[in-house]
Amino acid sequence: MTQLWNFAGGIHPPENKHQSTTRSIQQAGIPERLVLPLQQHIGEPAEVVVNVGDQVLKGQVVADVTSGMGVPVHAPTSGTIEAVEQLPVPHPSGMSDWCVVLKPDGEDRWTELSPISDYKLMDREQVLQIIRNAGIAGMGGAGFPTDIKLRPPRDRKVETLILNGAECEPYITADDMTMREHAAEVVSGMQVMAWILRPARCVIGIEDNKPEAIAAMQAAVQGTQIEIAVIPTKYPSGGEKQLIEILTGLEVPSGGIPADVGVMCQNIGTSLAVSRAVFEGKPLISRVVTLTGEALQQPGNVEALIGTPISYLLAQAGLRPEQLNRLVLGGPMMGYTLHSDDVPVVKTSNCVIAATAGELPAPPPEQPCIRCGQCALACPMELLPQQLFWHAKAAEFEKAEHLNLFDCIECGACSYVCPSSIPLVQYYRYAKGEIRQQRAEQLKSDHARERFEARQARLEREQQEKEQRRKERARAAAEAQAKKQAEAEQAAQQGEAVDDRAAKAALVQQALERKKAKAAKTAEAAAATPAPSQETASPDTTGEEQALPDIEALEKQLMQAQGKLDTMQGMLEEARAQQADNVDKLERAVAKNHDRVQRAEQALADARNVLAEQTGSAASE
Amino acid sequence: MWTSFLIAVVVLLALALVFGGLLGFAAERFRVEGNPLVDQIDSLLPQTQCGQCGFPGCRPYAEAIAQGEAINKCPPGGESTIKAMADLLDVEPQPLDAEHGVEQAKRVAVIREDECIGCTKCIQACPVDAILGAAKHMHTVIESECTGCDLCVEPCPVDCIDMVTLEPNIRTWTWTPPKPNLIATDRQGAST
Repeated sequence: MTQLWNFAGGIHPPENKHQSTTRSIQQAGIPERLVLPLQQHIGEPAEVVVNVGDQVLKGQVVADVTSGMGVPVHAPTSGTIEAVEQLPVPHPSGMSDWCVVLKPDGEDRWTELSPISDYKLMDREQVLQIIRNAGIAGMGGAGFPTDIKLRPPRDRKVETLILNGAECEPYITADDMTMREHAAEVVSGMQVMAWILRPARCVIGIEDNKPEAIAAMQAAVQGTQIEIAVIPTKYPSGGEKQLIEILTGLEVPSGGIPADVGVMCQNIGTSLAVSRAVFEGKPLISRVVTLTGEALQQPGNVEALIGTPISYLLAQAGLRPEQLNRLVLGGPMMGYTLHSDDVPVVKTSNCVIAATAGELPAPPPEQPCIRCGQCALACPMELLPQQLFWHAKAAEFEKAEHLNLFDCIECGACSYVCPSSIPLVQYYRYAKGEIRQQRAEQLKSDHARERFEARQARLEREQQEKEQRRKERARAAAEAQAKKQAEAEQAAQQGEAVDDRAAKAALVQQALERKKAKAAKTAEAAAATPAPSQETASPDTTGEEQALPDIEALEKQLMQAQGKLDTMQGMLEEARAQQADNVDKLERAVAKNHDRVQRAEQALADARNVLAEQTGSAASE
Repeated sequence: MWTSFLIAVVVLLALALVFGGLLGFAAERFRVEGNPLVDQIDSLLPQTQCGQCGFPGCRPYAEAIAQGEAINKCPPGGESTIKAMADLLDVEPQPLDAEHGVEQAKRVAVIREDECIGCTKCIQACPVDAILGAAKHMHTVIESECTGCDLCVEPCPVDCIDMVTLEPNIRTWTWTPPKPNLIATDRQGAST
């Protein structure tokens, strides 16, 4: 006999499970339209990989997650993709989300499947990939991708693998019926997960109010290492943390995950899906859903394709619309009211309750808290529901957080026992939402501050760079100015030297030109002897044109030099008259200038002679 | 008798010197750069950098608050920010100063892209670089980076920027608090 522990608190609400266990699991069949929400799991929404109008086969991937956490969505039957649009999805807000609409063709043709005969020959990573590609996410309610859950952190060895067959919430019997009818598959799925994780102990926890399921599972685990633990019925023993405590005596630390204490919990439905994915190659395209409530004529469990509208299922179960008062998805404790029956079954939908007014009456008006402390006694997490309620109501979320608000599993036990009928869980959900929103806003504002500061730094840097460039330009300009000035002074001191050089350069230039012209002429003469005379005339004119500006330039130079000499002589006389100390320098400059003028005159005379010679030679020709 | 008097004086003097030195050393060694209060206030402000408070950004306002400025001049932060600052500074929370604007739902700027002439004026105005674009090319707002500060609306020469209120979607939705439900006897009293 397995040793069992107990957890604090808990309640015993009416079970109401017998209504839906009279019939075996029925096949719901193929509805007219299937609506496949792109996000049926925790993580990133899947991206559509088919086009509107495409023909898809049963089991074909219609949407996949390429980056981030998530699992693909498959076509539950063969048909045509009719639309990709925003449609109402099962969510407490009643809002819409992106969905793929599939119109079945009725043929129900499978895509090619690749079942594995012996998974033990494969790599563990390959098997995990098969589980991921089958689109399996936790089917107990949260929808955490199973392949990621099966990869615990490296430093955490999973010692105990638990299969959660407690199904403690009233009305729900989906896991119960699954264990009764698919015990062998559930066990083989657990064996696959055990092979991946290699735990020391494998245990299936089942509440003692399910004798048929216990018998079926005990028969199925014959010859395996898996043990069946029959646990006393108490709500919420099927809560992950509670079941771990019952079966191992270990408590999951606040804010931690079960792997922190070496335990992993998986759902019965998930195990069935893993088994089908590995041994049959079939992706997760259907699930067992409990249809119950007094407004139904034939309550029971059905195996429905993912995406089947709940209205279709309710019609099959014989809904009496006039009696329907409230439609609840999930159980009466943790489920939420559906705003419409036009939402599809998703991977996490385990139960639909079509309740009459007498069955789930509208909650009585909230009355003031009388501090009876019943909620604290019922709380399975040993929190202080009353204090949490005060703080949530007064919007003192920080204080609520200090009292471990986030350890609340929202099981509803406190609301159930509250004599003042205070909707405590709704207050906690509201407080959690507000805190999450505040955290998100804080993150966003920190991000905005970073960006703002980065921008400020950039603007400042740009300003500095601009200033730097401006300064550099100013300095360069000042340097250039100073250089120019220095040059000018230098020139003033030995300006004649510069002019001298210029004149010499001009002379050299002139000589070169002359030579060139001559060479050209001789070449021309040689070539032009047999040629007509008008052709030879043109090089002559060019030769003259080349020579003429030289003479002009020389004349100009001579004039300038003479002008300079005149001013210098004037200055020299002035300086002599004033007995200035720069007389010597001026005298030397005048002498030099005198030479220059003479040379320029000489050059001009030479040039004129050359010109005369040229014209003479041209004439003789 | 004088010796004991002297001993007492000398001992006390020595103690004073030792502790004075210790305190002086600690003051130098563990000196905190800047005003930590400003950082704390700044972290409470919403960082929209909108300038509605009359200061050129959130940090200058935080500095002013540390110097004794009123805490109720931040419309984007609203009541929750005022409450948080009142808690931090241990002062009475005041209602939001309407002179600086009213608290609004979270908004983001959206550029009507076919009307944008690519003048880059909004890019220069955006305090968090949330607008993408180049001269003579269409601009657009990176929605996840926009703080909804309004500062880009005014400089736009063709008025192609709208401030759009963010509607909650299925991913940002949160539970609402239970409706204040009158108890049965009060309800009878209220109806009559």
